[in-house]
Amino acid sequence: MRARYWVPTLYIVFLLLPIYWLLNMSFKTTNEILGGFSLWPHEFTLENYRVIFTDATWYNGYIASIQYVALNTVLSVAAALPAAYAFSRYRFLGDKHLFFWLLTNRMAPPAVFALPFYQLYSAVGLFDTPFAVALAHTLFNIPLAVWILEGFMSGVPKELDETAYVDGYSFWGFFIRIFIPTIAAGIGVACFFCFMFSWVELLLAKTLTAVDAKPIAALMTKTASTSGYQLGLLAAAGSLTLIPGAVVIYFVRNYIAKGFALGRV
Amino acid sequence: MNKTVNQRAWWFVLPVVLLVAFNAVIPLMTVVNYSVQESFGSNMFFWSGVRWFEEVLRSERFHASLLRQLAFTAAILAIEVPLGLAIALAMPRRGPWVSVCLVLMALPLLIPWNVVGAMWNIMALPTIGLLSETLHALGFDYNYTREPGAAWFTVILMDVWHWTSLVVLLCYAGLVSIPDAYYQAAKIDGARPWAVFRYIQLPKLRYVLTIAILLRFMDSFMIYTEVVVLTGGGPGTATTFLSIDLVKTALGQFDLGPAAAMSLVYFLIILLMSWLFYTLMMRNQSR
Amino acid sequence: MQGTSVFAWMAWTWPTAAFFAFIVLCLVGMTVWEFRSPGGAPRHGILGLDTTRGDRLFISLLGSAFIFLAWLGLVGTPLWAPLVIAVLYAGAVFRWV
Repeated sequence: MRARYWVPTLYIVFLLLPIYWLLNMSFKTTNEILGGFSLWPHEFTLENYRVIFTDATWYNGYIASIQYVALNTVLSVAAALPAAYAFSRYRFLGDKHLFFWLLTNRMAPPAVFALPFYQLYSAVGLFDTPFAVALAHTLFNIPLAVWILEGFMSGVPKELDETAYVDGYSFWGFFIRIFIPTIAAGIGVACFFCFMFSWVELLLAKTLTAVDAKPIAALMTKTASTSGYQLGLLAAAGSLTLIPGAVVIYFVRNYIAKGFALGRV
Repeated sequence: MNKTVNQRAWWFVLPVVLLVAFNAVIPLMTVVNYSVQESFGSNMFFWSGVRWFEEVLRSERFHASLLRQLAFTAAILAIEVPLGLAIALAMPRRGPWVSVCLVLMALPLLIPWNVVGAMWNIMALPTIGLLSETLHALGFDYNYTREPGAAWFTVILMDVWHWTSLVVLLCYAGLVSIPDAYYQAAKIDGARPWAVFRYIQLPKLRYVLTIAILLRFMDSFMIYTEVVVLTGGGPGTATTFLSIDLVKTALGQFDLGPAAAMSLVYFLIILLMSWLFYTLMMRNQSR
Repeated sequence: MQGTSVFAWMAWTWPTAAFFAFIVLCLVGMTVWEFRSPGGAPRHGILGLDTTRGDRLFISLLGSAFIFLAWLGLVGTPLWAPLVIAVLYAGAVFRWV
């Protein structure tokens, strides 16, 4: 082991400390938490998790979150695929400006849009459904997906398209049967990022839901403020939100670095 | 790649344009409409001209949040970019540990933002928090709910924890794309590590670093959830950044007009900065 | 414009409607101009940036917005003076940038 490896090692320890502390809290009883400082749970309990898995408001929160995140990912990537192809292969009037306009939406602070979104989605009757949140999140996920996919597609030589046409493929035949499998890695990475940003965003998700589609993470904040200070429960709910993230990272682990460079390295 | 001119490509981008227009153009128009009117209840509007803009531009409160926002963004860029670069340079390039490192490092990026806030809340709480107890044991008088300095320290530490990995992953992607031949040539020439960094690695990293700075700039400029959960913008208004101030105005006091005017000023600032970064980035890419 | 339609919440006013109509007209105008006499390759302006006509329109509009904001913040109403400045600025951008 080389000497300089202590830098990433220390960094990872720093990253894991708060996560450990969250897990630690989730296995403690309320008495122990309020009783004082302890580095590990002395009275190990699964009670906090039991509450979450048996109380419908809690586990419905998870279902709601997963629903809108999945919807959003499918919607964003499906819409972004042809658009990214157009940006990577063709020049058309206003293409660069369109691209920049899309990116400005990735840059727009959700706080600016929260209030009009509430009214827009109430007006079209989607308020408090997973569709509202899924659609609202396309605001920043579509630009991101287009950006990533365009990067990956530009890495595919144009000769591939031309050979396919010579071989008698129609455009859509080529696109679905040859092109999409070629950039499968890019699509995976784009899905990962859409998942990630839809999963972690909360301001819009909270604004656009009331009861039925309330995301899990928003429930946490509510619990913390209304029913006293149930730190253990809060920690358990928080720990459970780490799992989907960890699972998707595992799937894209080999592309993760390239993905973060938006397919352009 | 040389692209063919094809105006029918617009059909390919149409779904994206429609979806984003629905989500971006309609709300933006609404914000503009609100910004020039006074609202009573939720559906009575009266023309008020540019009064809200004047008010926002001259309000001490807005100046203070804008300054805090700029200070925060500058601080985290100054910490996260060099730190991320250093970690990426020290990481192993191949071997079984690479995947483990990358997966562990990406973990904070996938935690819902209010959970991040809650985690750091638990870390920083007096008597039960690991951070606060460690600092107390070292003899510091640390209380983030009472002292602005401690609150800033906690918020910045949280952001470093949350986002440095993004810089690391970007830089790492840039580093692994450098062909081995470059390093070998440098070795033959007897180049020192500093020269390798300056003349081989840094030029290759310029593009990914621009993306990293652009993303970190944009995201830190709209930081909201984590800080609200951790400090609620306090103590006092010590950590009330632009988004927090905006939401307090818009949803808390339901002042549609001033909130809309503030949104537009905020949005224009972001638009200008992003355009500058974007132009810079495209220039770097075309080189 | 207090309608009872589903879009009443958007609270349209004549001035803001006119403003958006102006932006749309700008975009349409630029498209027609580009089709009639293609502006072709971007040019290298005094800022050291390669800009096309569309870029210049964007720089003009964004810059004008900041001219108005600065005037409002530092001087106040009425806004005729910044309007003149913004038009001159836009002209300069289209000529030299």
